[in-house]
Amino acid sequence: MAKRSFLIPGVDKRLLIKDSLKVMPDLTRRRFIAGGASLGALTLLTGCDVIDSSSAEEMLKSVSKFNDAVQDFIFNPDALAPTFPESAITKPFPFNAYYDLDDAPEVSAADWKLEVRGLVDNKKSWTLDELYKLPQFTQITRHICVEGWSAIGSWTGTPLRDFLKLVGADTRAKYVWFQCADKDGYNSPLDMRTALHPQTQMTFKYAGEILPRAYGFPMKIRVPTKLGFKNPKYVVSMEVTNDYKGGYWEDQGYNSFSGS
Amino acid sequence: MSSLTATDEQISATKAKVIQPAWVRVMHWTNAVAMILMIMSGWQIYNASPLFDFRFSHDITLGGWLGGALLWHFAAMWLLMVNGLAYLITGFATGRFRKKLLPITPSGVIHDVQAALSFKLAHDDLTVYNYVQRLLYAGIIVVGVLIVLSGLSMWKPVQLHWLVTLFGDYPTARYVHFFCMAAICAFLVIHVLLALLVPKSLRAMIIGR
Repeated sequence: MAKRSFLIPGVDKRLLIKDSLKVMPDLTRRRFIAGGASLGALTLLTGCDVIDSSSAEEMLKSVSKFNDAVQDFIFNPDALAPTFPESAITKPFPFNAYYDLDDAPEVSAADWKLEVRGLVDNKKSWTLDELYKLPQFTQITRHICVEGWSAIGSWTGTPLRDFLKLVGADTRAKYVWFQCADKDGYNSPLDMRTALHPQTQMTFKYAGEILPRAYGFPMKIRVPTKLGFKNPKYVVSMEVTNDYKGGYWEDQGYNSFSGS
Repeated sequence: MSSLTATDEQISATKAKVIQPAWVRVMHWTNAVAMILMIMSGWQIYNASPLFDFRFSHDITLGGWLGGALLWHFAAMWLLMVNGLAYLITGFATGRFRKKLLPITPSGVIHDVQAALSFKLAHDDLTVYNYVQRLLYAGIIVVGVLIVLSGLSMWKPVQLHWLVTLFGDYPTARYVHFFCMAAICAFLVIHVLLALLVPKSLRAMIIGR
């Protein structure tokens, strides 16, 4: 336990910032495969330059797409993420992003509106007060980060599928695409079957309190069947769409389905 | 599969000659490649959130960063899984596991360990595994199964939550996955060292005899 709490706050955040800085610069951003050193190690092992960086990249991208299909195939929409008692909640729950907490978006509740776009009947924007009036439920689940660490937290909000029904979304569409207020414009696509999963939630509270800035005020999408980076915070809009619009981390090489 | 059986019949016919049948050799080297890819990319993934107070040097990892390493890991996974399953099925179906790896008796293991430590363990007949080999080869198969199961529970902790429960919880499955990797690395060092000490065993794994 002590070991875990030591791990979560400092270590990964720094590494993540380093990682993102490394991959950020414009054109090289999408070149997510090995730097020379590690490929060099493999070249040494095989004795020849078998792995040409760009063809390896293409191969890995195709396998990742294949893995998306496999994961979609084995995804059972009725399988629920395990829930936990309050005593299991990780304290403090880690803040995690590709920036420091000081750089987290400061969203003004009065000015914020959730924009609803795409294949929906009612495209009206929602104020926070309007959203708070929707029925809310609490669930205590494990948040699993792509880095490997995990933490248990308590999230309260409205099931996304209820909201999608309310706005008359075409649930035959392939994705719900979220855009966020994070710097550099965070965004992430969520496949429709996961969006309709009973535990996928528009989250307004953490541990019974209004969602603090660190955890995504004013609204986070909590998806206990996905890795953390597919749980967008500071959400400003959602779009129901058939187009794959990519995502902040997905574009850099994280597997797009990344479902658990 | 029929060609594999034919190969096996061939072995019994020319038993003195063929030490490692073709299917064993192909799967052995496929597994070697898959394992190295899995371990090196796994080290890079570990570095993103280390379980212990150390990281693996970037020079010996694969993928460059977490995202690249994950792509490698979940690509090589297929090679490891398909090859590993084929190996298990063929090993049981042909009776190779039973013939080569059993029985493993404590007295036999103790005797052969003592012999090995005093460099008196003979390798006259490479078709018969001594008790140290039997224990290590059977043990590494068990570790291989465990590392795949713990890996699956980390990959699909919701879909396979019963598997996670088998390990205790999600963080425990991570530790199991790590220690299985450590066991495989330890095996790898000893295995390679011994193969180099008895070069004809390495030759048998390459050309079969």
